[in-house]
Amino acid sequence: MSLTKIKAKATALQAEFVAAGAQVVECHILQPAGTFLDLYGEDIRTRAYVSSDPERGEVMMRPDFTVPVVQMHMDGGADPARYTYCGPVFRRQEDHPDRASEYYQVGYEVFDRTDPEAADAEVFSLFSKVLAPYALRAVTGDIGILTAAVAGLATSDRRKTALMRHIWRPRRFRSLLDRFSGRTPVPPSRAALLAAANPMATAGPMMGLRSEAEIEARVQALRADAAEPRLSKAQVELLESILKVSETCVFAVEQLRDIAVDLPAISGAVERFARRCEALDARGVDVEALEFEASFGRTSMEYYDGFVFGFLTPDPNVPAIASGGRYDALTQRLGNGSEIPAVGGVVRPGLLYDLEASV
Amino acid sequence: MTIKLGVPSKGRLMEKTFDWFGERGVTLARTGSDREYAGAVDGVDGIELVLLSAGEIPRELAAGRINLGVTGTDLVQEKLVQWDQKVEPLAELGFGHADLILAVPNCWVDVNTLDDLDAAAAAFRTEHGFRMRIATKYHRLVRNYLHRAGVADYQLVDSQGATEGTVKNLTAEAVADITSSGETLRANHLKILEEEPVLRSQATLFRSRNARLDASDRAALTALRDLLAV
Repeated sequence: MSLTKIKAKATALQAEFVAAGAQVVECHILQPAGTFLDLYGEDIRTRAYVSSDPERGEVMMRPDFTVPVVQMHMDGGADPARYTYCGPVFRRQEDHPDRASEYYQVGYEVFDRTDPEAADAEVFSLFSKVLAPYALRAVTGDIGILTAAVAGLATSDRRKTALMRHIWRPRRFRSLLDRFSGRTPVPPSRAALLAAANPMATAGPMMGLRSEAEIEARVQALRADAAEPRLSKAQVELLESILKVSETCVFAVEQLRDIAVDLPAISGAVERFARRCEALDARGVDVEALEFEASFGRTSMEYYDGFVFGFLTPDPNVPAIASGGRYDALTQRLGNGSEIPAVGGVVRPGLLYDLEASV
Repeated sequence: MTIKLGVPSKGRLMEKTFDWFGERGVTLARTGSDREYAGAVDGVDGIELVLLSAGEIPRELAAGRINLGVTGTDLVQEKLVQWDQKVEPLAELGFGHADLILAVPNCWVDVNTLDDLDAAAAAFRTEHGFRMRIATKYHRLVRNYLHRAGVADYQLVDSQGATEGTVKNLTAEAVADITSSGETLRANHLKILEEEPVLRSQATLFRSRNARLDASDRAALTALRDLLAV
């Protein structure tokens, strides 16, 4: 019975997205696994159902709609375009067997190059309107400010690339920062390697696909890194002060502008955030009250690279009722050379149904 | 009804398990011919010996088809999701020691830590166009371990045996496998990363949390546990 009601709720939500100008699209449930594995890495196997087909190789039951929708759009969609989809997605729940492993998502995605901040505001305000009856807590963030901060650090490109690669893995990001700033000591094996006149002397026979040249290239990179000055304490503190920003949007803009005085590289991203606030305000969102957390979306939303948002219940054990954000880089990676700014989000009607049932 | 005790059906693990119980006054023995998987229990009442493959014991415990079982911690944690809600470890038996470790070729002089492995994996992917392959049969444990450490750009490839040979055969760049002495690794020119192992395992007596017990079962189980002092 509840599935019927959830589907009815999903259909009603999608009707609102259609009314907002979106075109209805459908996606296959069985997707080639390779695309997802390349994007998310091995971790996706813990979150998605993978099966193998003797003809097609590894296939995956769609863990989300975003990837197939982006592929479809990059394959010749109209520009600009607005899409909505509605259907079940499949997630393994190894750590939370009590959570649903099959649930509905209703999504709204905007592919539009004209005014990214206006598109961000369009998506957020639409979700805000659709979800208004449920009195949820909305949180926003902006991964673009973090990437701009990393890009602007006074350190080598090699270090910046390493940090950038782990923006979405806070623990490894932290350990890289500690290593680069000298907060953690160099492990003895690394020190011995750097001190060795001929590091390959102890290598023994060469074995495997990774060549001697690759090994030597990394030794060279480690030597260059050791010769480089430490990332300064002041730079690390600037990065930490950005990550700590947790305020209403209006105050967050002020705080970030203050930090931008010492780290001018983030100014562009901060002003985009400020323009987004204006665009949200113009659409009737109360930005004086809207929360902003600079570290929001860092752990679970790996393909988002700009604006991010979530609509949450007070119960921390309940997943986000709705979530979304900007994923320009994803369109680039799936676009075979072309790209288009894109932003969107999903609602989980099943969780809305649970909310109503519990009242 | 009786209490069913699952024990590995062959080899050193079975013999050592028999010894461990024997030292505590519970005699376990195989009965019938050498090839018949039947057993007998002496010294305590209401216990039935079930001889099983060590790899099947976790599943049988989780399903509650056996009440007690001896198997490795590695197998329990690899095969059972939320293992601690399904079985309770009663005693570590002090044998069958083995660590699940990550090993890379000796010639990788630049890789000694997970930090190094992650950096090497990123460069490898750029150079070769695919994610660095780690051969293992312990997919869940290794994936969780690398996830917690924030290692990216790798893939697990399945290897059910002779895992140490996969690097030489160019079907993997690194391995994650069980080792006790490290000898096979050294013979295959592999070295263990300088990190805490993925898991330290040994033969352990587990109790199923899912098996149904009637009053006489409970009495038999208590008597056995008293005798074993676990």
